[in-house]
Amino acid sequence: MTLADFWFILIAVLWIGYFFLEGFDFGVGNLLPALGRTEDDRRLMINTIGPVWDGNEVWLLVAGGATFAAFPNWYATLFSGFYLALLVILLALILRGVAFEYRGKVDSDVWRARWDWAIFFGSVLPSVLWGVAFGNIVHGVPINASGTYTGSFFTLLNPYALLAGLVTAGLFTTHGATYLALKTSGDLRNRAHALMPLLGLVTAVLAVVFLGWTLLTAGEPVTWVTSVVAAAALLGAIAMNRAGRDGWSFILTGVTIAFAVTTLFVTLFPDVMPSSTDPAYSLTVVNASSTHYTLKVMTVVALIFTPIVLAYQAWTFWVFRRRLSTSDLPPDAGRQVETAASS
Amino acid sequence: MNALDLARWQFGITTVYHFFFVPITIGLIWLVAGFQTAWVRTGKDKYLRATKFWGKLFLINFAMGVVTGIVQEFQFGMNWSEYSRFVGDIFGAPLAMEGLMAFFLESTFVGLWIFGWDRLPKKVHLATVWLAAFGTTLSAYFILAANAFMQHPVAYRVPAGYSPSQPPATGERATLTSIVTLLTQKTALIAFGHTISAALLTGAAFMLGISVWHLTRGRFVDVMRASLKLSGITAICAMVAVGLTGHLDAQVMTQQQPMKMAAAEALWDTTSNAGFSIFTLGSLDGSQEVFSLRIPGVTSLLATNSIHGTVEGFNDLQAAAVAKYGPGNYKPNIPVTYWSFRFMIGGGAIVALFAALSLWFFRRERTFESKWWGRLALLMVVTPLFANSFGWIFTEMGRQPWIVYGLLLVANSASIAVSATEVWISMIVFTLLYGALAVVEVWLLAKYAKAGPSEVTSDDADAGYDSRNTDQPLTFAY
Repeated sequence: MTLADFWFILIAVLWIGYFFLEGFDFGVGNLLPALGRTEDDRRLMINTIGPVWDGNEVWLLVAGGATFAAFPNWYATLFSGFYLALLVILLALILRGVAFEYRGKVDSDVWRARWDWAIFFGSVLPSVLWGVAFGNIVHGVPINASGTYTGSFFTLLNPYALLAGLVTAGLFTTHGATYLALKTSGDLRNRAHALMPLLGLVTAVLAVVFLGWTLLTAGEPVTWVTSVVAAAALLGAIAMNRAGRDGWSFILTGVTIAFAVTTLFVTLFPDVMPSSTDPAYSLTVVNASSTHYTLKVMTVVALIFTPIVLAYQAWTFWVFRRRLSTSDLPPDAGRQVETAASS
Repeated sequence: MNALDLARWQFGITTVYHFFFVPITIGLIWLVAGFQTAWVRTGKDKYLRATKFWGKLFLINFAMGVVTGIVQEFQFGMNWSEYSRFVGDIFGAPLAMEGLMAFFLESTFVGLWIFGWDRLPKKVHLATVWLAAFGTTLSAYFILAANAFMQHPVAYRVPAGYSPSQPPATGERATLTSIVTLLTQKTALIAFGHTISAALLTGAAFMLGISVWHLTRGRFVDVMRASLKLSGITAICAMVAVGLTGHLDAQVMTQQQPMKMAAAEALWDTTSNAGFSIFTLGSLDGSQEVFSLRIPGVTSLLATNSIHGTVEGFNDLQAAAVAKYGPGNYKPNIPVTYWSFRFMIGGGAIVALFAALSLWFFRRERTFESKWWGRLALLMVVTPLFANSFGWIFTEMGRQPWIVYGLLLVANSASIAVSATEVWISMIVFTLLYGALAVVEVWLLAKYAKAGPSEVTSDDADAGYDSRNTDQPLTFAY
């Protein structure tokens, strides 16, 4: 295995980490209108991801930075080619991040409702668009001899990629439901728990069609195995939900995400961005990568710091392991500041 | 405007905007960490209230810094794909390190700090704010090391026959030869010192402005007096550090980018005993000086440590660049470079002066109830923000027409796949969204700054820490 191969795997791991972690906080956002019937419900939902969403999002920044460092050509072609799609993702992430921090800062129903919509759309759009982006990466897009994307925004909206978008949206929403069932108590927990099997089944159907399509066009023995594991894990998550085992259910929706992403990356290898114009123009692990020296430096850094990051992020989840209920929430800051001003 | 001009405008708008929040974050978190440490050591309520009050303002600002930062990392690939291809082997490494070593630390420990008031032991909770502060500062180091490569490329190799003034051929790129040299070159270390001291000045000015505003109205005196003392002293020390590192920066710049120094000083022709220009007007075509008021010898002194030192003028430098790289205009926009340099220095100096005067007016138990001094204090919150922006506009515009000095032209760096229409769309959307969010952010900051510290006591906080394993409400939540 070359260092470039190793970095291809590492980037796959970073995306798995990102989709596993931000997957559930996107899912919580996607479910905000459906499960958050009262203001207390919605606040509770947001506070289950409060301490961790920002750390989760850094996985995206590191995946992006690692792609820049290890595969500059991939980074350049992908980010300039998928320009408008990434723009929408950026706008969504901006609004969503600000919304978490600002929604409780003013004691007004209208104010909170607006930020709730920002959280909802800020979660739904990336949930769909990341799938669309990866669908296109795997499927291949028009790329010319100098490695430049020659399609348009609408080239990206093909059936395979749109289906991939529905699958990621479904997976993240299901993952969010298992997270809420695990992290809350009371009425909200019961509703999240009750909704999960339905979400899981719909997602399973979408995922089977999508993975089947992938396997029939570019299947390899390994991807057949990973696809079956992904599908089985999702069914297992539903079974665990029925058995009342919230922790296992959450872990298994995570396993589903991990194996679905693995399937895509194995299908992709040794390309990193296949060209639909001419396979000779495809960006590959070899022609898109950095030099051996840079990869060596980055390998040392990654081998030292990834375990440290995993350790302190795992510790964070341990610190905030307790289930939350509406009785845990103090009056929000907006209410506090207005009380202080009027007294 | 073509796609290149638009991409430049977009980078300017999004980066200047991002950098309104970053220095406040970096400066303020160290001050908040200082207050929390003071509270843990002394148990005095005023330090706890200060920690919570400034912490709340910190978070309102931090959120904006985080979300606008994502744009920064994506933007290199989105708008500057040819730049990314050419320097990715070098420039990508510090960016990836920034994410892995700094962003994770910062975001994870800020989360732990916000929600940890009643979930962690007291001292562990204190450690989280210090780790977050360390993370923010470390991230500045990596990004400045990356920027230093653009100012003064080191530790790289280009293929034989590569011509810096031409678009790179497919596959032609600069490659890294030493990560240590890249991360420890003088340009990076000095820029780090200069930027961090400027960030401390900015964070301190934020605290100074708001605490003086309250003090001139006689409100929240114990918390605000402590805040004035901490921020005033920090501001003055930071300004001294800004000046010293700025001086070093100017010397390095004179050697590495003489054109930028010439532009900063509106120096048309090579001069020894060069004067520091207070005010200079040039002819319309920018080729000669019409009027100038100068302090003799000061520019030579700044740049070379001797009032008789020779500083090159840009007419001579332009001729030398043409001889080296071929025909082209190698001069930056002189008026922008010249004036931004002056606004940067002026902005910083005013804040330090205001800090010194405020410390004097409120020395010991004295009061100074002056509404207009309070209003002036609020102006001090924004002054360093503009000084910082002018500093960056100077640094980046003064490097033009190069994106990597002497190695790659801005004109050869923009994305090929992206049309002018697409950049128009993203620029308009970002500008509108950023504008709207700025209004919301400033309004929230004003609301919370005005409301002042809450009446929380050490007993409340200690009860929170003690109850961490029981079913108590969270003290701090969204």
